[in-house]
Amino acid sequence: MTRLSRIGLFFVGALACVPLVAQDAKKEIQRYQQMIAEGSPVELFELGGEELWKKPQGPNSASLEKCDLGLGPGVLKSAYARLPRYFKDADRVMDLESRLLHCMTTLQGRSREEATRRVFGNENQPSEMEYLSAYVAGQSRGFKLAAGAAHPKEKEAYQLGKALYFHRAGAWDMSCASCHGDEGKRIRMQELPVLYKPQFARPIMATWPAYRVSNSQFKTMQWRINDCYRQMRYPEPTFASDATVALTAFLTVTAAGEPYRGPGTKR
Amino acid sequence: MAGPMKMRATILGGNTEVRVLITHPMTTVQPLHFIQNVTVKHNGRTVVESEISQAVSRNPVFSFRLKGGAKGDRIEVSWLDNKGESNKIESAVA
Repeated sequence: MTRLSRIGLFFVGALACVPLVAQDAKKEIQRYQQMIAEGSPVELFELGGEELWKKPQGPNSASLEKCDLGLGPGVLKSAYARLPRYFKDADRVMDLESRLLHCMTTLQGRSREEATRRVFGNENQPSEMEYLSAYVAGQSRGFKLAAGAAHPKEKEAYQLGKALYFHRAGAWDMSCASCHGDEGKRIRMQELPVLYKPQFARPIMATWPAYRVSNSQFKTMQWRINDCYRQMRYPEPTFASDATVALTAFLTVTAAGEPYRGPGTKR
Repeated sequence: MAGPMKMRATILGGNTEVRVLITHPMTTVQPLHFIQNVTVKHNGRTVVESEISQAVSRNPVFSFRLKGGAKGDRIEVSWLDNKGESNKIESAVA
């Protein structure tokens, strides 16, 4: 065998190995994801959220038990799976966190400033929003995602969210689609889902909010979007603003029909 | 006050599988704050007495199997940490 053909053979062998290695890595990642899901403390956050939901707070010393998440005061079953949606009383489309904030200001009589003072917690002290999100979202397990998409304001939110997803701006001239725009991209072992396509949006939206094992924190969808904007070096978006709600509306409508199985557990 | 706990005990292939979640900071920096003892009781009888350390994660999950057991048996899991705080949970095997 000549030296050249030997090199050639080696090369063919090496190329043939690549898909196998990638497949193994993917399998290992799936195994890891299964392991972290089995050891997830998500239910503890749900329990903490239930306590807060029932706890009288604010100037009105009222609990959130009469909070209307779209299906009537206090109805939690499947409520999260139908958010974001249009709320007549507020005349805007709201996601879970903006609706909770609405209930805190209207039912409990708290100021927006006070209620949003600490929306993102840390590992030592999770925020009220994080606990409540876990509790409310947990009541939608098994229900298909069905965010509002019929009301003109819901359609408007979807269109705004879609526009924001592809809108490039900021110090690095990035959009959501810069990372989540092409298939097959990855940051370290984290695959980047192409979220404007239903097959990618479905499993993601069905598992947020979520507990992250790498920092022992429960994270809300508002945090997820806030942090994407931080990573893109944009100015910080306002919590529960029309823009952040619109993005969630766009993503959830894209994921429509997927049974909710969160709160999830992420790396 | 100690945070909530959650437990599931189910019959699995003739044994009792127990999965228990504990809310605890398991602080690994000073001042250390971690669970030292976990005790498991089956119908009031102690079947596991364990010692753990700060090497265990925050909000730990323990999963283990007890030999035998039957539907309706009472399983109790309790913990005690280095500050003397404790909590326990009891539930029936399903």
